[in-house]
Amino acid sequence: MRQAQPTGGTDRAPGPTAPPAYMACGVKKIYGEGRSAVHALRGVDLEIPTGEIVVLLGPSGSGKSTLLNILGGLDRATEGTVSFRDTCLSALDDAGLTLYRRRHVGFVFQFYNLMPSLTATENVELVTEIARDPMAPEDALALVGLSARADHFPAQLSGGEQQRVAIARAVAKRPEVLLCDEPTGALDSATGRAVLSVLRDVNAELGTTVLMVTHAASTAGMADRVLHFADGHIRDVVINDTRLDPAEIEW
Amino acid sequence: MVSPLDRKLLRDLARMKGQAVAIGAVIGTGVLMLVMMTGLVASLTETRDAYYDRYRLADVFAPVSRAPERLAGDLAAIPGVSAVQTRVTGRALVDIAGAALPAQAQAVSLPDRGRSALNDIYLTDGRLPEHGRPDEILLLEAFADAHGLGPGDVLAATMNGARRSFRIVGLAQSPEFLYTTPPGELYPDDARFGVIWMSRSALAAAYDMEGAFNEALLALSRTARKAAVIDAADRLLAAHGGTGAYARAEQISNRFISEEIAGLAVSARTVPPIFLAVAAFLLNIVVGRMVQAEREEIGLLKAFGYTDAEVGAHYFKLVLAIAAGGALAGCLGGVVLGRAMVEVYTAFFKFPFLVFRLDPAAFATGVLVSVAAASAGGLLVVRRVFALAPAEAMRPPAPPDYSRSARFRRLGRLLDQPSRMVLRRIVRQPIRMGGAALGIASGMALSVAMLAIYEGFDETVDLTFGVVDRSDVTVTFTHAVSDKTLFELGRMEGVARVEPVRHVAAILSHGLDSHRGAITGLPPDAALYRALDAGGGPIPLPERGLVLSRTLADVLGVEAGQALSVDVREGRQPVLDLPVAAITETLVGAPAYMALDALNRALREPGRVSGAHLTIDSARADAIFARLQDMPTVAGVSRKDDARAAIVRLMDSGAGATRYVMGAIAFVITFGVVYNAARIALAERTRDLAALRVMGFTRGEAAFVLLGELAVVTLVALPAGAAIGYALSFAIASGFSTELYQIPAGIDRASFGQAALVVLGAALVSGLLVKRDLDRTDLIGVLKTRE
Ligand SMILES: Nc1ncnc2c1ncn2[C@@H]1O[C@H](COP(=O)(O)OP(=O)(O)O)[C@@H](O)[C@H]1O
Ligand SMILES: [Mg+2]
Repeated sequence: MRQAQPTGGTDRAPGPTAPPAYMACGVKKIYGEGRSAVHALRGVDLEIPTGEIVVLLGPSGSGKSTLLNILGGLDRATEGTVSFRDTCLSALDDAGLTLYRRRHVGFVFQFYNLMPSLTATENVELVTEIARDPMAPEDALALVGLSARADHFPAQLSGGEQQRVAIARAVAKRPEVLLCDEPTGALDSATGRAVLSVLRDVNAELGTTVLMVTHAASTAGMADRVLHFADGHIRDVVINDTRLDPAEIEW
Repeated sequence: MVSPLDRKLLRDLARMKGQAVAIGAVIGTGVLMLVMMTGLVASLTETRDAYYDRYRLADVFAPVSRAPERLAGDLAAIPGVSAVQTRVTGRALVDIAGAALPAQAQAVSLPDRGRSALNDIYLTDGRLPEHGRPDEILLLEAFADAHGLGPGDVLAATMNGARRSFRIVGLAQSPEFLYTTPPGELYPDDARFGVIWMSRSALAAAYDMEGAFNEALLALSRTARKAAVIDAADRLLAAHGGTGAYARAEQISNRFISEEIAGLAVSARTVPPIFLAVAAFLLNIVVGRMVQAEREEIGLLKAFGYTDAEVGAHYFKLVLAIAAGGALAGCLGGVVLGRAMVEVYTAFFKFPFLVFRLDPAAFATGVLVSVAAASAGGLLVVRRVFALAPAEAMRPPAPPDYSRSARFRRLGRLLDQPSRMVLRRIVRQPIRMGGAALGIASGMALSVAMLAIYEGFDETVDLTFGVVDRSDVTVTFTHAVSDKTLFELGRMEGVARVEPVRHVAAILSHGLDSHRGAITGLPPDAALYRALDAGGGPIPLPERGLVLSRTLADVLGVEAGQALSVDVREGRQPVLDLPVAAITETLVGAPAYMALDALNRALREPGRVSGAHLTIDSARADAIFARLQDMPTVAGVSRKDDARAAIVRLMDSGAGATRYVMGAIAFVITFGVVYNAARIALAERTRDLAALRVMGFTRGEAAFVLLGELAVVTLVALPAGAAIGYALSFAIASGFSTELYQIPAGIDRASFGQAALVVLGAALVSGLLVKRDLDRTDLIGVLKTRE
């Protein structure tokens, strides 16, 4: 383990030609105005290299979700610039952001957010439907080990299974980046570990850049890079020389 | 392949099927009414026109006292006249076995050979009278049916004062007598008025019309100018006692039917929009609630890169599916019900055949309008979908803000907790609660208004027969006779009181406006048949001039003090200038009154009467009727009870059924509104209710919190519905009213009561259904899941 500058490069980059997935510069986010204004982000600079697993670690309320939403094009920064590859997200209008999400980003949320009225397969199809080069929904479910549950409705699945469907749904369109907001937050440790393994497999097999928000420090072991978040900015960046297998993670 | 979003749509529909059906029913009923009514209007119009066309109903009718047959050629030579048929008609009294009072009949001639060129008949049974058999007649089928008569039976009738015996050889219908009304009466009565057809030579012999005619029928070429032809015919016939030619539009049977059809067309335009407005409102709140509940899903879809338009379209499709489903069911129901109704009306009007026609435009309009109304309801919601930022949507919604209801804190302290919850919700959502109340109110208003219309009919009947006309018997003379005839009537044993009346057929005109009707001359201090004002007080009839009802004055655009031109259509047919002495609101109808003496003076025919009203000793009725029948000057005798019974029968056949339809309508709308409001309240409050249950509240108490607000909304809606219905009834009444009828929008407390009962019943049913849903909900389970 060694310390690095917040904006520093990495020696684990896949190749000299691959540009970073994300670059952010002086990103601020202020909710509301005047006395009731909340400074959720107070100037964030970061670089997320392509193909890595990056964990964003910090206490509740420190602005992690806010940052993830901005990177994912769900929200806009109040100040500063964010770019994905060579696209400046700050310059995109709503339609542009929609297209960006549609083409490049997969989301996984803490509460799974499956459509309760659609089966597992159908929830995946919801995304493959509008993707350019999706994998078959069955393959996506096989990837998360849920082939047997393809025709179950969310209400018939356990929390861990639901989250795996959510991951299948997110990766089925072969996104360049997978943004996960506390994906294990609602799960017990064994189930959580299974979900993390799936994320690691996706990263390994598809080369997807994975950015995962969590407040559980133990998760950091499986990351290539850990961004320590506090009070609206990145306090420091830790680059792991070796990644732990999720199965070894102490919960 | 069905896309996953569409599959979600189908499952959503299945999940909310109760609500979808309730809304679909409201839309469907609106479309059903539209399709049924317009189909009915189109079919009846088409059938009527086809019937007229096939049996060559005349375009112009020209009655005359006695014109030589050679004038037929002159009439045919009028430019624009394509065919002429002359004929003889006369009034007759027909003996009815077992009835003291003879029925009235019109005798109409058939050409001795061949078919009638105009006003042909449709033989339904038997054969035509044979040439040279003057005792053979055809009888109007409806009349024959009413008395159980048929071919082979013998019929005794008094014609021109002479009693004769006839043999019925056939039964017939005619486009000219679809609607048969005894002279001087307004409503049809199959039993008391018949038509006898017999050969021209036989009828001419009976009425001294050999070589002459007393009515000419004219058909016009397509390019003919009707007014010019009527003028020319009047000029030709003037010297022979022409009483004024008139167009088919004025013909009594045709006019009745056309007005009936016009009344249906009014309902077709006014009723469906109310349903569609209610449906739009319902869709708005139901889909609005759905979007609220699915904000996370919406945010998620947007996070995945679905565009606003795609997500909006998803919810919009739901709206469209419900609207289209309802509209489709409505169209089908409208066709089925429309067909049944057309048959009912066909029987009512005695059309010999039926052209069932659907108005394709009605389907298009029905579907388009309901989709548009639903879209209006849905669009407001879809706008909210657009506005929802994805990141925002992913956060659980903030607890609803009840601070606005804080000012009720003081009042609230008087209430228990559950009542306070009910009150706060109502105060927090005034627009939605108001909308729901308005929806229920409009259901109630519709039924109140329709009931009021029928109440109005009833009231007209009551006023006419109970208040205006207090006689037992009305005698009509063949022509204006000397008032000495009245002494003859008064001398009959059992006749208690005799009052003269004179009806003078005339065309009243003022400037360009004219009205074909009659002037009623009444004696001073009349007691049996009275001119009454709207308050029921007697209208004083002045020494000179006319007293017009307000409605008639409005038709003619005339004010008190101005003069009317009165084109008298009988006797010497003078054209008089009569001053309008006064205009009053009258109790019923649109009459023109005059003092009997003043009327006779103006006509220069002193001491003439056209009829008499009698009160009699009912024990001697039979003897009196027999005597009356033997008087050559008596054209008809009608007993008030018979006339009244005929109307009541008429009302019961049509209006009786309508009451139930109106009740069903109020039920559908109220049910649609209350059930949806209740389901939404249930969905929004499941967690609150679960919390209450966890805290130890009973099921009943929890249900009270849920249903209490609906009870309040329903109770608020009742007086509102009554008020709107009251206003609506005036609008519809004026649509239904015609020159022939004036429908007062009478409101009976019973109408309100019936409508309110239906509304409460519907509210109760929907409340029970939702209570059942509530009981089935695993309330504790609800708390464990995130909404
Ligand atoms: N829409 C919003 N309006 C106002 N404040 C917000 C909003 N979203 C987040 N915040 C505030 O911003 C801060 C950071 O929130 P968040 O990014 O959700 O933190 P984390 O995900 O690290 O727990 C918190 O103080 C939160 O209350
Ligand atoms: Mg968070």
